[in-house]
Amino acid sequence: MHPPINSAEGLAGLVFLAMILTTAAGAFIATSAVRTIRAVAGLALCFVGVAGIYYYLQSPFVALMEMLIYVGAVCVVLVFAVMLAEPNPEKQVGKRNPLAGPLSLGVGVLLAWALIALGRQTAWHAAPVRLNDGSIPQLGHALLTNYSMVFELVSIVLLVAIIGALVLGRAGRSKA
Amino acid sequence: MNILDLSNHLQTYLVIGACLFGIGFYGLLQRQTLIGMLISAELILAGASVNFMAFNRFLAPDPTVGQIFTLFIMAIAAAEAAIALSIVVAVYRNYKTIDAMDVADLEG
Repeated sequence: MHPPINSAEGLAGLVFLAMILTTAAGAFIATSAVRTIRAVAGLALCFVGVAGIYYYLQSPFVALMEMLIYVGAVCVVLVFAVMLAEPNPEKQVGKRNPLAGPLSLGVGVLLAWALIALGRQTAWHAAPVRLNDGSIPQLGHALLTNYSMVFELVSIVLLVAIIGALVLGRAGRSKA
Repeated sequence: MNILDLSNHLQTYLVIGACLFGIGFYGLLQRQTLIGMLISAELILAGASVNFMAFNRFLAPDPTVGQIFTLFIMAIAAAEAAIALSIVVAVYRNYKTIDAMDVADLEG
């Protein structure tokens, strides 16, 4: 299939390329920015791109949740942590092995290359039948029937995490 | 394979997921601050989620399973971020630094 660039499919392809670029640019900013607050902004950009990619994977609900949870909650929490515990940037240079940067780059490139080679060489076989179309009603039905136990367990985990975060944030402060 | 038709191929998403994982691993090794490491860990989780969603869209017999798994990854990642950041703030209060190398009481 070769969609022309001025058709709807061609425009969708262009938007998809823009989403990939957004994801890659955000990921690079998140890992290589010197100031932590810029890294957090890059992470938010990356998650916007990932949400667009989820949309192309026929999962608008997961795309919405990505925006709500990651861009809306996790990045804001990270910004709060940066405001509460930001070191001065000039203090943290030096006293590390000069090989650490190139070595970690090499490890990351090697891992990504191996995973890409694995994904491209394997002959993936699609399932012969699809049980449903993965729409939002099907998703809600599955969450409250087959996966209701896991759903409740995740809410308990979140409750424990909230209480744990409060306890950790409280420790060491005065009683006042 | 046309470049405008990339969104209909499983390999595209596998490459994106692998790149996110590699970039996140690079950042995890290269960052010196605890918050920077946490950001890179989120990138690794995002790469894994993209892989799950790709297989869910193209290969899975039941296309709700991958979406639900990704939603659970998001919930666990949110809990992890909350706990890790409160630990970071507590460490900063005690040590006045978030450099991972400075947070050591014992020499060695």
